[in-house]
Amino acid sequence: MRIVVAGYGPAAHRLVETLADRGFDGTITVLGEEPRAAYDRVALTSYLSGPPGTGGEALAYPAPSGPVAVRLGDRVASIDRARRTVTTEAGHDEPYDVLVLATGSAPFVPPVPGAGRAFVYRTIEDLDAIREASAHATSGVVVGGGLLGLEAADALRGLGLSTHVVEMGGWLMPRQVDEGGGAVLRGHVERLGLVVHTGTGLDRIEDDRVILADGTVIDAGVVVFSAGVRPRDELARRAGLPVGERGGVVVDEGMRTADPAIYAVGECALVGGMVYGLVGPCFTMAEVAADRMLGGSAQFTGADLSAKLKLLGVDVASFGQLSGALDVTYMDPVGGVYKKLFISDDARTLLGGICVGDATPYSLLRPLVGRELTAQPSELLFAGTGSAAVAGADFPDDAQVCSCNNVTKGRISAAIAELGLTDVAGVKKCTRAGTSCGSCVPALVSILASEGVAPGKAPCEHFDHSRAELFDIVRVRGITTFSRLVGEHGRGRGCDVCKPVVASILASLNGGHVLEGERAALQDTNDHFLANIQKNGTYSVVPRIPGGEITPEKLIVIGEVARDFGLYTKITGGQRIDLFGARVEELPKIWKRLVDAGFESGHAYGKALRTVKSCVGSTWCRYGVQDAVGMAIALELRYRGLRSPHKIKAAVSGCARECAEARSKDFGLIATENGWNLYVGGNGGFRPRHADLLASDLSDDELIRAVDRFLMFYIRTADRLQRTAAWVQDIGLDYLRDVIVGDSLGICADLDAGMERHVGGYFDEWRATVEDPEKLRRFVSFVNAPGTPDPSIVFETERDQIKPVLMEVTRR
Amino acid sequence: MTTVQKAQVTPGNAGEKWVPICPYDDLIPERGAAALVRGRQVALFRAFDGRLFAVGNRDPFSGAYVISRGITGTRGDEPVVATPMHKQVFSLVTGVCLDDPATAVPTYPIRVTNGTVEVSVE
Ligand code: SRM
Ligand SMILES: Cc1cc2nc3c(=O)[nH]c(=O)nc-3n(C[C@H](O)[C@H](O)[C@H](O)COP(=O)(O)OP(=O)(O)OC[C@H]3O[C@@H](n4cnc5c(N)ncnc54)[C@H](O)[C@@H]3O)c2cc1C
Ligand code: SF4
Ligand code: FES
Repeated sequence: MRIVVAGYGPAAHRLVETLADRGFDGTITVLGEEPRAAYDRVALTSYLSGPPGTGGEALAYPAPSGPVAVRLGDRVASIDRARRTVTTEAGHDEPYDVLVLATGSAPFVPPVPGAGRAFVYRTIEDLDAIREASAHATSGVVVGGGLLGLEAADALRGLGLSTHVVEMGGWLMPRQVDEGGGAVLRGHVERLGLVVHTGTGLDRIEDDRVILADGTVIDAGVVVFSAGVRPRDELARRAGLPVGERGGVVVDEGMRTADPAIYAVGECALVGGMVYGLVGPCFTMAEVAADRMLGGSAQFTGADLSAKLKLLGVDVASFGQLSGALDVTYMDPVGGVYKKLFISDDARTLLGGICVGDATPYSLLRPLVGRELTAQPSELLFAGTGSAAVAGADFPDDAQVCSCNNVTKGRISAAIAELGLTDVAGVKKCTRAGTSCGSCVPALVSILASEGVAPGKAPCEHFDHSRAELFDIVRVRGITTFSRLVGEHGRGRGCDVCKPVVASILASLNGGHVLEGERAALQDTNDHFLANIQKNGTYSVVPRIPGGEITPEKLIVIGEVARDFGLYTKITGGQRIDLFGARVEELPKIWKRLVDAGFESGHAYGKALRTVKSCVGSTWCRYGVQDAVGMAIALELRYRGLRSPHKIKAAVSGCARECAEARSKDFGLIATENGWNLYVGGNGGFRPRHADLLASDLSDDELIRAVDRFLMFYIRTADRLQRTAAWVQDIGLDYLRDVIVGDSLGICADLDAGMERHVGGYFDEWRATVEDPEKLRRFVSFVNAPGTPDPSIVFETERDQIKPVLMEVTRR
Repeated sequence: MTTVQKAQVTPGNAGEKWVPICPYDDLIPERGAAALVRGRQVALFRAFDGRLFAVGNRDPFSGAYVISRGITGTRGDEPVVATPMHKQVFSLVTGVCLDDPATAVPTYPIRVTNGTVEVSVE
């Protein structure tokens, strides 16, 4: 059988993947109009908040397995139903036995004067165009205050534009929330600096401004339409297939059009009188169609239209039916929280709900829609916020927990039991639940707990203990080798997850070189080569530059080393210099030159202290009130080499202007007239968080003691790969303050001693390696040809420096 | 400018199958090493129990020649290595990727003769 798929979006991808997974043995040809293979459109906005020029790789779905021919950048122009052939715009003919329309939908562009100047928000190319235009603009308008419109508005704000949202309805997100919720939502959105106009439409767009129907004039360098979508049913229309009055290719519950050889799935399909604009139902349609092609009889019987908006820092969620005989409402206008549940007239069945400002009940309550209430309605309003009103155990087996991927509680429980899953990652991998919008993850955690798995505790199959428990076992029993630990307290021979955890624990407790004896085999490649691996298998070298302060002589040495070894050179985001493109056999030679000039390892490769970033401070800056550079250098030298559950970053600002961005660090200092304010638990990265004030106006000595204890307590008790931000949130700031300032656990003397041991035991790993012939023997590309460089490593030149020529990735 | 280092391809000799690589003691337990065998990159591993394995050094997911630098261990009873690039796990016995069984690295016969590790890539 020859299957041809028109369109290559999420629905098409799921179709092909399902066919391949189920052993389809005919041929599949996918014809896509976009210049790239299917990607996760739901996550599109992350492409704008990410760095430019990545080409959207992060969004790409994994390539489907099995033989699939893909033709990209060529639109299907027509269908010849008699000959069973489609023809593309480029003139390519493709015969089919079965044709699947998966053409999605197109943004609706209202026919107002000047609409041609506006952008839409649908593809990576759309976002590239918006990013480009935003670079030359200061203000923007988003037309449409629905889920996507707010998402687009937040993206414009993120691009630095002052942003307005125009919504025709009476309040924001009128399709998802009621008026009360809309009012609370508006408060949040306005607090973020967005200007909201409701109850009015657009009159026209002029150069650099927008005129609303009520006469308001708004300056707008960039205008984005997010006013709904229209199904792309033009192919079907021209081929004489029935389409709905408001668009959409009419299909039956098996996703078949009036022509038995043609299916339609995803956002272009009209099924049961509805077009679905959420990815979950589109995936289900694809699975139904695939099943039919394989001779099955699956049916599409409608889908859940629950939604959760996770942007603007505001949680907005709605699920089930948005009206009912009875309702309970909780409203906290000061805290910006609004929650409402709709209940049947006998007060026994949950019908639906709306949450604004706090969506924790969402993932726990959504699966319970249509079921008998398990607790007082008012208690349910606080589900997930620590009350025990709802837990994973309460979900019936057929409750749909992940609506994006249509996964029930029963399937998740079965997978946990049968496959011995121990964490959310495992559940995601084996059931797909949680892999799209992520809003069901709290429910997954709760189900894991109800199946007796304390999630995230055991790092992998080799141990049943958390990192903190392993730390205590190693400390109390005086264990110094992985072999003994896994032999006496674990099983098997470890893996890439537990070995680095144990390596870090051994380093924290016993010091010594990370490549000493058996410990060498526990290290990730970065620690093993004391450098950072790059995509072509070369490494990068980052010497420590404490506080960002460097002499001209040292700068010259770095320049000479980079020149002599032909390394790509870049200033990092951490106030130091990264030298890229070194082959393993070059590393010791590079270090030798650097060490001789007084440099040491910057531990850019380790889960360890990275940098203590600094502003110029009171020495030079007219506003500075303390010596920020001096303090940063002292801290960096004190904590250098300290191995930890994740990397540790710090910064010191010389005054409240905060030029060193100290509050985005694991620990940050801001100078005051009287000393230092210490902030802890900040993070950039995936989930930015401002650090919390732990203590104020500390003297230098008080400060160092507090940081010593903070770090040692973190190292002992945090989970694997848990940054201080998540750890501080987990244990609570007050508890942390009690332990390290008030010594409530009586462990401070022990923490202090641990840090003294670290400081006293520090030595430079690079120097120790260069001076040890035994360790140096590992630094060759080939054991049997030590003089031969790896021939697969090839460079070309860009902007006068090298860059890797990448190897072709062919998996089979 | 394009800098290319040419592979040194040793001409094949049909009669000679086993290629000596290095002394067994040069291999660090539970760690890999790369070898260049008749123009092919092979990753050699010495497991904790002394067993030897040889698989292709190319990580099929990234295209980089880095398998020898991965962390070894076990999954269930299977001896495995995780590619250092994005951590997919491969069986050292069959070369099959346990996270994506449609992907595999080649495996090669390996043995020790008089204390010298030998590999055959024919
Ligand atoms: C080199 C550098 C980018 C640059 O050219 O500026 C960089 C490069 C890498 N970063 Fe970074 N990060 C660099 C500064 C940052 C910063 C900015 C900063 O430190 O002020 C951040 C955000 C701040 C933060 O961490 O809170 C940052 C957040 C991350 C994250 C996300 C961490 C998180 O908690 O979410 C990762 C991923 C991870 O660690 O799991 C990461 C991971 C990486 C890795 C290690 C990814 C990898 O595994 O290959 C990159 C390789 C480093 C290398 O040398 O090859 N990098 N990275 C910067 C090195 C600074 C230095 O001198 O050591
Ligand atoms: C910014 C954004 C955020 C979103 N967030 C969410 C969310 O949080 N939750 C959620 O459930 N949903 C969300 N969605 C909606 C979700 O992305 C869609 O439901 C989903 O993409 C529909 O998949 P599809 O494959 O049917 O259509 P599409 O993704 O539109 O893919 C159709 C593909 O077919 C191509 N095509 C069209 N005509 C032809 C032709 N004639 N020939 C060849 N190719 C053609 C198109 O170029 C396109 O690549 C979001 C959408 C956007 C834009
Ligand atoms: S933080 Fe203060 S002292 Fe430091 S550079 Fe900025 S203004 Fe100057
Ligand atoms: S509900 Fe979206 S990923 Fe599960």
